[in-house]
Amino acid sequence: MSVDIDTVKRVARLARIKVSDQEAERMTGELNGILQFVEQLGEVDISGVEPMTSVVEQTMKKRRDEVTDGSKAEDIVANAPVSEDNFFVVPKVVE
Amino acid sequence: MTDLTRLTIAEAREKLKAREISSSELTGAFLDAIETVNPHLNAYIKVTPEKAREMAKASDERLAKGEGGDLEGIPLGIKDLFATEGVHTQACSHILDGFKPRYESTVTANLWADGAVMLGKLNMDEFAMGSSNETSYYGPVVNPWRKERSNQALVPGGSSGGSAAAVAARLCMGATATDTGGSIRQPAAFTGTVGIKPTYGRCSRWGTVAFASSLDQAGPIAHTVRDSAILLKSMASVDPKDTTSVDRPVPNYEDAIGRSVKGLKIGIPAEYRVEGMPGAVDELWQRGIEWLKDAGAEIVDLSLPHTKYALPAYYIVAPAEASSNLARYDGVRYGLRESGKDIIDMYENTRAAGFGDEVKRRVLIGTYVLSAGYYDAYYLKAQKVRTLIKRDFDLAWESGVDAILTPTTPDAAFAPGEITDPVTMYLNDVFTVTVNMAGLPGISVPAGLSETGLPLGLQLIGKPFEEETLFQLGQVIEDAAGRFQPQEWWAS
Repeated sequence: MSVDIDTVKRVARLARIKVSDQEAERMTGELNGILQFVEQLGEVDISGVEPMTSVVEQTMKKRRDEVTDGSKAEDIVANAPVSEDNFFVVPKVVE
Repeated sequence: MTDLTRLTIAEAREKLKAREISSSELTGAFLDAIETVNPHLNAYIKVTPEKAREMAKASDERLAKGEGGDLEGIPLGIKDLFATEGVHTQACSHILDGFKPRYESTVTANLWADGAVMLGKLNMDEFAMGSSNETSYYGPVVNPWRKERSNQALVPGGSSGGSAAAVAARLCMGATATDTGGSIRQPAAFTGTVGIKPTYGRCSRWGTVAFASSLDQAGPIAHTVRDSAILLKSMASVDPKDTTSVDRPVPNYEDAIGRSVKGLKIGIPAEYRVEGMPGAVDELWQRGIEWLKDAGAEIVDLSLPHTKYALPAYYIVAPAEASSNLARYDGVRYGLRESGKDIIDMYENTRAAGFGDEVKRRVLIGTYVLSAGYYDAYYLKAQKVRTLIKRDFDLAWESGVDAILTPTTPDAAFAPGEITDPVTMYLNDVFTVTVNMAGLPGISVPAGLSETGLPLGLQLIGKPFEEETLFQLGQVIEDAAGRFQPQEWWAS
């Protein structure tokens, strides 16, 4: 399988990365190189094989559903590019 | 006076305990070395001298009272991927500009609890994506090693290139690193240092910037096998904050060093003999086999038939996980924000400006293989191949093999800019990536030099949670091969 420039632009949109036409063109070639490389997996007989979910055989650890941390609003917004009264500030999303 | 930066951790530990030297002297020696040498290598992207001196002073006070942990007063470098409270933590990416976490990663917290001293943060490939340390936003790292009679700069490998270069050039006693596809072992091999990636789940991933969560593991890079055992013991822990952290006590790895390897069965996998591999790599592998045989180990031939599919499967699984993990960099919660006409435009501009080319490539590949209609053909298939890769190893262990010996990399360090094709760059990890795909422990031990005088490493792969066997065997290789030091061209 290979991708064309429109697919690259669509995927870039899904990934929320702006790409120029020139970048999209360069990336089309690079991504096709990678896709061609992974194509060899087609040679492997995977019938009846379970997909891996965890490399270590272990039942997922669960903890009690209780509050163990919190009241750190200031810490949480401390690195935000823009914040106000412990809220993250983003461009207007509702008209 | 002897140069304190030449000591191993094991040696310094004794001298500190005996009060022959102080941590303040030791730390000062490293800070001086960093000031002189780092401009040549770019291994540190942030030095923290005040913090280092403060921590050293506290260590000296504890040592004076006869107290102190396993790493009391030992100065270390920390890869920029580990969250360090109030200190530069950006995974060497532009998108995390100015990020100073309000928390400490479990791995570094463990080190400080044992008395270690932080010298600063180390350079790396952006988000640990790279095999040459050329993708860092802070510029490439220069390998302390050069070819014989050559002035040409070489890459230190990656992604933990800063960690490996800093250890090799003696700008720290040891360093933290991480390994998703070979990022500890390949740079260790390129710089003549020892690097171990422990079993998946051995070190907590909490507070380590995530790349591919099912593959990422922290581990140390150090001068000797013993030093790497000392560091791993402190870094590893059982951590309730990481659900994939495994509930097993951490053994005292150092106890394994010097233990006889007599009767251990070492597998030699035929599939690791790749076409075009330089003669020196193959000869080194043969020498490694002889060393282990001389020490009493039994050598057996082995087949791991799915080896060649590990790298292509990795380049589906790792980018898929990366595209999900890196979705959090949206210009809202931390780091860079570029303005836009609406919120989506802001996201797109921020991520376009903040991510480098390699990161963008992997996020796009990951988004593509996970997108509607392609999931089964790529991601699901890769995860099935991964099951087969792990099964190859399981069968080897079932046949009685205790560890597997391979070269760490297909060749020695190369020059910056020499490899521009992404897939050719990925081939650097062909021998290391299988270990991540199967979640196994792997150690790289320096074992000899290439035709041009560059370090080469041998890799030992172990059963899950049998790091001790790797330290035991690694020491045999170190004893036979000796240790490797670069010429200090920066001093002339």
